Amino acid sequence: MLTSADFDTLLLTFKVASISTALMMVLGTPLAWWLARTSSAWKGIINAVVALPLVLPPTVLGFYLLVMMGPAGVIGEFTNWLGIGTLPFTFAGLVVASVLYSIPFVVQPLQAAFATIGELPLEAAATLRASPLDTFFSVVMPLAKPGFLTAIILGFTHTVGEFGVVLMVGGNIPDKTRVVSVQIYNHVEAMDYSDAHWLAGVLLVFSFTVLLTLYTVLKTQPTAHQLK
Amino acid sequence: MTNPIIVRFRLDYGAFQLAVDLSLPGSGITVLFGHSGSGKTTLLRCIAGLQRAQQGYLEINGNVWQDSERGVFLPTHKRPLGYVFQEANLFPHLTVAGNLQFGLKRIAKQSNTADLQHIVELLGIAHLLKRLPDCLSGGERQRVAIARALALNPQILLMDEPLASLDAKRKHEILPFLSRLHSELAIPVLYVTHSQQEVAQLADTLVIMEDGRVQASGPLAEMQSRLDVPLAQDRDAATVWQATVSEHETDYYLTRVVFADGALSLPLVDAAVGTPLRVQIYARDVSIALEAPTATSILNVLPATVTGLADDHGGRTVVRLQVGNQALLAHITRKSALLLGLHADMAVYVQIKGTSILN
Repeated sequence: MLTSADFDTLLLTFKVASISTALMMVLGTPLAWWLARTSSAWKGIINAVVALPLVLPPTVLGFYLLVMMGPAGVIGEFTNWLGIGTLPFTFAGLVVASVLYSIPFVVQPLQAAFATIGELPLEAAATLRASPLDTFFSVVMPLAKPGFLTAIILGFTHTVGEFGVVLMVGGNIPDKTRVVSVQIYNHVEAMDYSDAHWLAGVLLVFSFTVLLTLYTVLKTQPTAHQLK
Repeated sequence: MTNPIIVRFRLDYGAFQLAVDLSLPGSGITVLFGHSGSGKTTLLRCIAGLQRAQQGYLEINGNVWQDSERGVFLPTHKRPLGYVFQEANLFPHLTVAGNLQFGLKRIAKQSNTADLQHIVELLGIAHLLKRLPDCLSGGERQRVAIARALALNPQILLMDEPLASLDAKRKHEILPFLSRLHSELAIPVLYVTHSQQEVAQLADTLVIMEDGRVQASGPLAEMQSRLDVPLAQDRDAATVWQATVSEHETDYYLTRVVFADGALSLPLVDAAVGTPLRVQIYARDVSIALEAPTATSILNVLPATVTGLADDHGGRTVVRLQVGNQALLAHITRKSALLLGLHADMAVYVQIKGTSILN
């Protein structure tokens, strides 16, 4: 059965994932909108930077973050100057690392959804008196709904499943940075296979259910390419 | 204020250059006519503010929408216009009613719903209100798009080839609605097309565009019959006369229509006496005689005056004639023109072999 320590890690994991996902949506939406529509020379570079966590080993990303967020790092000096101390091995540090690690899973589906919508519905909205911001909420968001759903779910589940970055940046501190994936590792290290099974099973069922729901919902959504 | 629309644009777009200086009437349908690439759609988009001309001055009914010298550029959503796109461009996530309401929700609540009711009836879409755009035919979608643009009570209606993406059958489904708009709308309409048929059917004023420039502009009848404009040389060159149904000769399946300076017999028209009609006469259906023909099968013979001649260097002569105040074009062979000795101010008779009704 799940122990109370297991429950704590589950709770912490969902907390990290929820907060990270919210942050990623807030940061990722304007970034994806800009990337989908700009013809700036920076587009290629920003695209590459955003996609980097997809190909980089999580430990590499985690290592750099650890160094940068440490007392001698750029981010560390800044956070020290702000008076909030350094981020490694804290909950906040874990959230920052998760956001950077998972943001391509949010930006890429959004960017694709925005690009599919194209210029026409925006022009139609403009001729119907809608300001650009109004158009974003009343036309772009409904039309990009599948993209938003995909972004939220991939961002969330990917954060739930991360391990390497967490271990490098967050460590293994109960109730602060010990998330489910680390706890499973702990169980296995302790040859505690039955507990590992329970936790792993919970994650498996959770991930499958979420994805199944996503694809069922997506099937019934009108998409931008049906625009006539 | 005879010309409340003032349009001056200069736009460099790679190899393409738009340079336009126009004054247009504040009522009726003005057709921007030209081949693809002539800049007519770009001009319309500049008027809507969807594209920004580097240099431009645009004034509609005394309101300045753009003045690049003073740095004025009203963004599209602040311009009181209606725009109909080539593809209907309805919002797929909203029902027909939702699409119609979209703009209404965003303007001051002064325009009443009775207007919308009237527009919905005018375009025959009352039965579609609850449907999603995906469940409509191409013609229905375009009618909804027109209604959506009109619902806002715009000061000007801009239409970018609204029929171009439809097949012939759908076109004929929509054209009557457009003709009705013509008589019901008080606002000016700018209508982009490359179809001569739509020009003949809808235009009051015609602007002919070529390579980003205005080649000629003016009232339709004048434009159609100007010999220095390629329209008159076209195989399908025609003139449109405004006429009124005066009587039906049912025994002969004929209808008499009168115009300012005479009368014509047409194949029976299903329209009440007094109905205004647009009668199109193709230049190739008009022949010329020096004396009133006494024995001829052609019913429509009218006295006319030659006002101009142009040779197309292919054996054909375009003759411009005046029947009273109405201009008329005739395409005849160069040989006939020479044998008859046609010259300007010559009094002749025209025989009109065929006509077609446009509305």
